[in-house]
Amino acid sequence: MKEMICICCPMGCHLQVDDSDKTNIKVTGNTCPRGEKYAKDEVTAPKRMVTSVVRVKDGVIAMASVKTSAPIDKAKIFESLDLLKGIELVAPVKEGDIAYKDILGSGVDFIVTKNVAKK
Amino acid sequence: MIEKNLIIIGGGPAGLAAAKSAYDSGERDILILERENTLGGILNQCIHNGFGLHTFKEELTGPEYANRYVQQVLARNIEYKLGATVISVTNDKVITCVSEADGLVKYHAKAIILACGCRERPRGGINIAGSRCAGVFSAGTAQKLVNIDGYMVGKEVVILGSGDIGLIMARRMTFEGAKVKAVVELMPYSSGLNRNIVQCLKDFDIPLMFSHTVVDIKGKDRVESVVIAQVDEKLQPIMSTAQEIKCDTLLLSVGLLPENELAKFANVQLSNVTGGGVVDDKMMTNVEGIFQCGNVLHVHDLVDFVSEESELAGKCAVDYINNGKTESDYVELQTSGGVRYVVPQKISRKVDTGELKLKMRVANVFKNRRLVVEVDGEEIFSKKRPVVAPGEMETITLKADQLDKVSKGQSVVVCLKEV
Amino acid sequence: MSKIIIIGAGVVGSSIARELARYNADVLVLESANDVACGTSKANSGIVHAGFDAKPNTLKAKFNILGNAMFDRLSVELDFPFKRIGAMVLCFDEKDYPALEELYHKGEANGVKGLEILPGDKARELEPHISKEVVAVLRAPSSGIVGPYEMTIAFAENACVNGVEFLFNKKVTNVRKAEDMVVECADGTSYHADMVINCAGVFADEINNMACDKKMQIVARKGEYMLLDKTNGYLASHTLFQLPTKMGKGILVSPTTHGNILIGPTAHDMLDKENVSTTVDGLNEVYKMASMSVPELNKRMVITQFSGLRAHNVDGDFVIGESEVKGFYNVAGIESPGLTSAPAIGDYVAKDVAKIMNLESNPNFVPVREGIKQFSTMDDTQRAEIIKKNPLYGKVVCRCEVVTEGEIVDSINRPLGAKDLDGVKRRTRAGMGRCQSGFCTSRIMEILSRELGKDMTKITKFGGKSNVVIGRVKQ
Repeated sequence: MKEMICICCPMGCHLQVDDSDKTNIKVTGNTCPRGEKYAKDEVTAPKRMVTSVVRVKDGVIAMASVKTSAPIDKAKIFESLDLLKGIELVAPVKEGDIAYKDILGSGVDFIVTKNVAKK
Repeated sequence: MIEKNLIIIGGGPAGLAAAKSAYDSGERDILILERENTLGGILNQCIHNGFGLHTFKEELTGPEYANRYVQQVLARNIEYKLGATVISVTNDKVITCVSEADGLVKYHAKAIILACGCRERPRGGINIAGSRCAGVFSAGTAQKLVNIDGYMVGKEVVILGSGDIGLIMARRMTFEGAKVKAVVELMPYSSGLNRNIVQCLKDFDIPLMFSHTVVDIKGKDRVESVVIAQVDEKLQPIMSTAQEIKCDTLLLSVGLLPENELAKFANVQLSNVTGGGVVDDKMMTNVEGIFQCGNVLHVHDLVDFVSEESELAGKCAVDYINNGKTESDYVELQTSGGVRYVVPQKISRKVDTGELKLKMRVANVFKNRRLVVEVDGEEIFSKKRPVVAPGEMETITLKADQLDKVSKGQSVVVCLKEV
Repeated sequence: MSKIIIIGAGVVGSSIARELARYNADVLVLESANDVACGTSKANSGIVHAGFDAKPNTLKAKFNILGNAMFDRLSVELDFPFKRIGAMVLCFDEKDYPALEELYHKGEANGVKGLEILPGDKARELEPHISKEVVAVLRAPSSGIVGPYEMTIAFAENACVNGVEFLFNKKVTNVRKAEDMVVECADGTSYHADMVINCAGVFADEINNMACDKKMQIVARKGEYMLLDKTNGYLASHTLFQLPTKMGKGILVSPTTHGNILIGPTAHDMLDKENVSTTVDGLNEVYKMASMSVPELNKRMVITQFSGLRAHNVDGDFVIGESEVKGFYNVAGIESPGLTSAPAIGDYVAKDVAKIMNLESNPNFVPVREGIKQFSTMDDTQRAEIIKKNPLYGKVVCRCEVVTEGEIVDSINRPLGAKDLDGVKRRTRAGMGRCQSGFCTSRIMEILSRELGKDMTKITKFGGKSNVVIGRVKQ
């Protein structure tokens, strides 16, 4: 039996996970289905959303914020972040623009989360 | 003097939501005054995700959440000014505002919504001894430097305070290649969200040290180390437990304070507990026609609730503009038994909004409690809570029939009771 | 032209520099820090003492009285904040009454005007927030408060526009007599002069001992302070002293010229003359002792803490005059009432040096200096006008103290302008308010970077290696 705190939303449900049978993981303590999925992923292949920034050339501010379009393997967070080094988008950038396509062959992209107007 | 029906001071999440809701309640003569060069407020630097689940039923980053409201304000053609700092507000609702573009302008408004947010408690406010060298930042200052300006503030970091900004910055600094050596928390519990402790600290094996504080900062030009020590039950450091941690940066996440300088100009009554105004169920302060919402009223943990509260303020401000003040008879809400504060602090005898949300914070971590509303000694509301903590705001929604009892009561108490 | 080097750009060095600018001489000020007013002059009580505490017939007594009388004119001429608010010495016990009377008589002997002893109740009418334990007070109406770094900056700026040269980051490593006087610095440079004036504060003994056989010892006596939010300004309208001890004038509670309440200082002798860190014990002592005078003081209203080092001469009095080495002049041991005395010391030393060196007066000397136009103290008409003239005055950078970009740009570009965050702060008050620069740090860094043409990563808090950011992200 494992205890964990769900990170899907700010409620932070306290989950109990019975993973003695890997083919039939039992989750209790969750208030929504996302909690169950989170707990199952967490004991098999933990994933995280990753947010960071990239440089913007000629923007009103220096950096545009980005996020992964879907959660990525927790173990690959730092490798993924390294991909953003040296990237320079050119203003104007728009929310939803792709900053980096297909992170480490995962099919997940880094997408821009902030409009940055041209200086 | 420029006449306006509604002026909203602050173009962050609170101001934007208030503006949108005022517009949707039929008001067209609205002006938002924002001191920064962009709308959206502090959310623009909160690049992490976790916003909007309540409001938009999806998980957004701070800038995305802000932009949703910005777009709604733009779509309604609501007037706003950027780089416009309000330097005074009077209780007869005259606003003095300065900007590079327009110079000094005086406005008179029928209603004013103060939505100017909060600021961080600085080092001075918690009396940390030591060197006054470079390398000590409040977490939000560091967040702006890293996320907006693109500058790295340090390589080896200690964070004092486990509020959400501190936790978020622990991960953020780690992502940018810094080593976060410890997060040090004075209290025996964190005031941040549990999910942030997991995904910002545990994921990266960053130690969280409860009941510890920083007792000395060393370094001549730049921080070279900090000395931390355990504290006793009176929160006084036990010097025999002192240990030195080498680092070049100390980030402080030691609390947020509503920014109420303008409210003071206007003689708005402030609460000693929240640091924000004392408001009624319509979010109006003691000064007729001056409303408050968002973090200037009381510090929230979730922006979704800021938006909700501010939409109510916007709607009520319009109601006031159209109909004047209709209430003068109030029931004051008392708190006891571990409830630190409740907002609103007073309720009109005739609540016509159908239902009413009461927001509150507790004074300590309690397990297996009930949140209770008592009217003249009789329980009219009870809600079970397995765990309550100071870091997480609690909400009670009173329905029409319960409100009826509240309005008729003389003594209304919001408290925690054993299950 | 005669060459004069002043070592140290604190209030004493700057005052002397300004007074020497009245003469035709080539004056150079060497300062080890990145700015003026970086030592004792930036971290002290900011009191213009009436002069009842100094031992009669000492230099301290003499210059205190002379200096005090100069402030009304000087603060207008040089545009620095000064208020003659009066002081009270609080007596908590009938037993100490003789000590209070002794102060009164000492004051009379020193020539202090207007002294009076008031019973506790009378004192509480004037100062309603002082302790009920106060049985009597000595009131000195001629006591005042001054902005100590603003005053130093004003002296230095005025000296600068009158031709005095200032060099910073010049740590003096040797002073020796050759044909003339030679001053050597840590960066390998050396400077020659006919006269060297030692105004090196806590380091004045080291400088003296480089040049002279007659050794001097200056002890760095640390004083820790706490500053309270302006909303607490109502707590005191006079400077409130407690009866003095042998270590100094005890812990005071005083308004500042900007409306905050200052409490402190402690008095602890330090071996390390660069140690200006605050301590848990020191701050506790400040709070505890200050609360005796004003019990309503609330620790939660403290917005910052700091400490400064007093240059205490073990022989007790100021040391002012040419040493046994001709061409080497000491102005040392200038502890309290040093700030009060500084204008009079400047006047005296300049005249003395001019006499020794036969200097002629400078007909082009301009005595008036105009400070930065402070937006926060203007009325709305003045504000509207100044924004029209300079739109940067419409951009509020520091919310708490309401400091505009116009003022910050001026502080950087004026003579001896600010080069770092602390320099901007001392000149404009940006970052001195209740948020302690939380919001404005990055904005001020950008303005410094733009105006000085310096990369953001090179912007420091106070020079040296006090860089604020260490590099760029994602590069």
